[in-house]
Amino acid sequence: MSKHKHHSVLPGFNLALGFTLLYLSLVVLIPLSAAFIHTAKLTWPEFWNTVTAPRVVASYRLTFGASFAAAVVNAFFGLLVAWVLVRYPFPGKRLVDALIDLPFALPTSVAGITLTAIYVGNGWIGQYLEPLGIKVAFTPIGVFVALTFIGLPFVVRTVQPVLEDIEKELEEAAAMLGATRWQTFRRIIFPTILPALTTGFALAFARAIGEYGSVIFIAGNIPMVSEITPLLIITKLEQYDYTGATAIAVVMLIISFVLLLIINLLQWWIRHRKAIA
Amino acid sequence: MKFNMWLSVGLLMFIVANSNQALADRTILNVSYDPTRELYQAFNQEFIRYWQDKTGEKIAIRQSHGGSSKQARAIIDGVPADVATLALAYDIDAISERSGLIPAGWQQRLPNNSSPYTSTIVLLVRAGNPKKIKDWDDLIKPGIAVMTPNPKTSGGARWNYLAAWGFALKKYNGDESEARHFLARLYKNAPILDSGARGSAINFIQRGIGDVLISWENEAFLALKEYGPEKFEIIIPSISILTEPPVTVIDKNTDKHGTQDIAQAYLEYLYSKKGQEIVARHFYRPSDAETAREYAHQFPEINLFTINDVADSWQQAQQIHFSDGGLFDKIYEYQ
Repeated sequence: MSKHKHHSVLPGFNLALGFTLLYLSLVVLIPLSAAFIHTAKLTWPEFWNTVTAPRVVASYRLTFGASFAAAVVNAFFGLLVAWVLVRYPFPGKRLVDALIDLPFALPTSVAGITLTAIYVGNGWIGQYLEPLGIKVAFTPIGVFVALTFIGLPFVVRTVQPVLEDIEKELEEAAAMLGATRWQTFRRIIFPTILPALTTGFALAFARAIGEYGSVIFIAGNIPMVSEITPLLIITKLEQYDYTGATAIAVVMLIISFVLLLIINLLQWWIRHRKAIA
Repeated sequence: MKFNMWLSVGLLMFIVANSNQALADRTILNVSYDPTRELYQAFNQEFIRYWQDKTGEKIAIRQSHGGSSKQARAIIDGVPADVATLALAYDIDAISERSGLIPAGWQQRLPNNSSPYTSTIVLLVRAGNPKKIKDWDDLIKPGIAVMTPNPKTSGGARWNYLAAWGFALKKYNGDESEARHFLARLYKNAPILDSGARGSAINFIQRGIGDVLISWENEAFLALKEYGPEKFEIIIPSISILTEPPVTVIDKNTDKHGTQDIAQAYLEYLYSKKGQEIVARHFYRPSDAETAREYAHQFPEINLFTINDVADSWQQAQQIHFSDGGLFDKIYEYQ
C-alpha cells in the first residue's frame, strides 16, 4: 500500500469535509465576517476611541474578570460534583444528575430574575447577607454569581464521562504500590481528567463572556462599576450606533478567540507531555 | 395588571397578540413601547368593532411591545409595522432617517405633534412618605435611593432625566453647569440603572429597593390602583415635563400590505371622543379639551414644560445629553 493513498475506514471523506466547511461558513464565518466588515466603516482612530473609552474598558475588566473567576470556581466545584456523581451511589442521584442541566435549559432571563429575587436585600439569601455588609444583587459580585450559575454544567458534563472511564484497577495498582490517596489523585486521576477539565473550563469561560440575559437583571448596570460589555453593545444599538456596537463586538471576539486559543494550546501541550511521559 | 406579567412582556422582544387572525380579512400590526400594552388591548377591541360597523370588514390587530428604541430599531430592520406608537419623537425620527419608510415631516400629519395623548413624570414614594420627598430637590439629598432606568436604553428614563434637568435649570436660573451638578448628584443616588422602565418599577415595587421611583404618571397610577394607597403615594413635583408619545403610519409598509385606510383610521380614532376616553381611563392625559375636562379630577394640576423649553429638538437633546460622550456619560466618567 502506498503511503499517499491512505484510505479512511469510512468512505466519503471529501464530501464530509466539503459539508463541514460549508456548514462552518454558513453558521459561523459569514456572520462573524459581517461584524468585521461592518466595523471597517470606522476609521482607525474612531475605532480606537470607541473601544478604549473608559466605560468600555471598565466593562471589559468586569466581563472578563468575573467570567474568569466564575470559570475557576466552576472548574473546582464542577469537578467535585462530577466526582460525587460518578463515584458515590446515594438516594436521589438521578435527580441531582438531572438538576445539573437546569442552567442549560432555563431561559437565561428567568435565571437572572430568580437570582436577583433571591439575593436582593429582602430576598431569601440576601436578607442574611445584607446585615453582614455583603451586597450581592446589583454589584459586580452579582455578576459573578450569575456567571457561576450558568457555567456549572459545562464543567460537570465534560469531566463526568472521563471520570466514568477511568479504570478502577489503575487506582488499585497505585494503592498496592504504596501511593497515598493524595498521590493517587495527583499522579493518576488528575492527569487523566485534566484535558476534559480544561475543556470544561474553556466552555464555561466562553459562555460567561457572552452572557447577557441572566446578568442584566442582577448587575445594577452602573457605568464604570457594574456594566458588562454585552450591555454596552446593546446600548450602542439602542442609539442606532451599529458600527460602534460591532466595533466593541469585534474586540470581544478577538479577546475571546485569543483566550480560547491559549487554552487550546495549553490543552495540546498537556496531552503532548502526557504522550511523551 | 400584575407586575410579573408586565415583566414577561418586557423580556420578550415581540409578544404579538394574535386575535383570531385566521378569520380576519386584513391585519395591521401596531408596534408600541412598554407601558401601553393595557391601553392598546382595550383600544384595539373598540376599534375592531368600530371598523366592522362602518365598513362591514372584520379586521385583526396585532400588537408588539418593548423598549421604545428597541422597537424603532425593529421597524428599521424590517418588522412589518403598519403603525408605530412610540415613547418619543426621536425614535420615530430615527425610523424616518434610517429606513426612509416615512417622510421627514411625519410629525405634522396628525394634530398635537402627532401625540393623541400625553403624560408626565411624577415621583412614587412609599406610603407615609418616610423620607419626606416633596420635590426634585429632595432626590439629591444624601441617603436617598432614587430608582430610575438607564437613559441610554430607556425612553422613559430620558423623559425622567429631562424632567429633572428642566427643574434644575429653573432652580439655578438657567445655569447649565449648576444643572449638570444637580443631575450628577441625582444619579449618584441611583443604585441601579435598569435597562427599561418596567425593570425599575419592579425593583421599587416588588423588591422594596429604593426610596423613590421616578415614573411615568400612568405607570404610577397603575401601581397605586394595583397595590393601593396603603403601600404607595404619588408625589407631584413643583414642575415636570410634558411627555408627548407620538404615533405614525408607516407608509411604505401599509402601501405594501394595502392597509393604508385602516392604519390611518386607526390613528385618527385615537383622537376621537371614544378613543380619548379609553386613553383617559388608562391614565394617559387626553389631548381633546372636552375629555380632559371630564377626567380633570383624575389628573393632578401640575406645572408642565415641554421638550422645546429645554432643547431645540429631540435630536439636539439626544446629542447633548444621551449620545456617547454626552452629559450623561460625563456624570460617570469624571466623578
